[in-house]
Amino acid sequence: MGLIKDTKSNILTTTVEAAVNWGRKNSLWPMPFGTACCGIELMAVLASRSDIARFGAEAIRFSPRQSDLLLVAGRITIKMMPVLQRIYEQMPEPKWVISMGACASSGGVFDTYSVIQGVDQFIPVDVYVPGCPPRPEGLIDGLIKIQKLVEKDTFSNYSKRK
Amino acid sequence: MDLSDLTTRLQEKFPDTVLEVSEENDEVTLQLKGSSILEILSFLKADGFNFLADLTAVDNLTLGGNERFTVVYHLLSHERVERIVVKAYVSEEKPLLPSVESLWKTADWQEREVYDLFGIEFESHPNLIRIMNPDEFNGYPLRKDFPRQGRGERKDFPIVERMTRGDRE
Repeated sequence: MGLIKDTKSNILTTTVEAAVNWGRKNSLWPMPFGTACCGIELMAVLASRSDIARFGAEAIRFSPRQSDLLLVAGRITIKMMPVLQRIYEQMPEPKWVISMGACASSGGVFDTYSVIQGVDQFIPVDVYVPGCPPRPEGLIDGLIKIQKLVEKDTFSNYSKRK
Repeated sequence: MDLSDLTTRLQEKFPDTVLEVSEENDEVTLQLKGSSILEILSFLKADGFNFLADLTAVDNLTLGGNERFTVVYHLLSHERVERIVVKAYVSEEKPLLPSVESLWKTADWQEREVYDLFGIEFESHPNLIRIMNPDEFNGYPLRKDFPRQGRGERKDFPIVERMTRGDRE
């Protein structure tokens, strides 16, 4: 962005891309997919002490069609995986995914027949937040990393839609 | 707890079925052959055990025992505040028991759970389908010979690709 001083009124010049990305990164609408204790910690991040609203991501939407950030919080079982994939596919582009906690990222201690050993095997994941469950600071750090990804996004990427 | 009168009557009425009656820590346990479980439980229900507190199963593969599976019924009499445990043995070759859903409605889902995890079938159950695992799941995971990490079920999903931002850092 640059400021042109020579004009009569103040004008801010920028690229559409930068302006749109600035808006996007400061108003991420998360779709919470809380299936376990990480979901409880996710609620704590929303609450007043941690207050994810400071980062513009407090508008939790339980409809994937209105969200652009999927928060996978908790273990995903073989019965839940098709549901998660459906929800991911229902989210409009552009979209980002946080895998929150040990279980979503790797299956955690649940090395059993019914638990997916990391959701990144089957859906794209942008940021992994470690912890069992992660502290609110951890998730906020993950959100800031997503914001940095959003900042770098380019429109030319969208045209590659299949 | 004194259930000796009841157990004596049971042994008199079903002499071939009752294998063993034992009492430990104030808890009476009846061990039975599986086939006539419905008659025995009807008898117990008529005797005042109105509540089926739990219905579960045990795989005796590594424990030993009369048969491969034990189906365990925990009964409670609200009126007399008495409990009784009924263990019915089921063979591996023919894992089939009569359903007790006609006596206690709660047995509906509990028997489905036992069917889902142990593969024990319940005759004349109204809706014997899997309750927790996906419908297309193969095998019975709580059997001791089922591998803990499964047989590849958790790897059997399509991979959803990133649609647009393929070349993002």
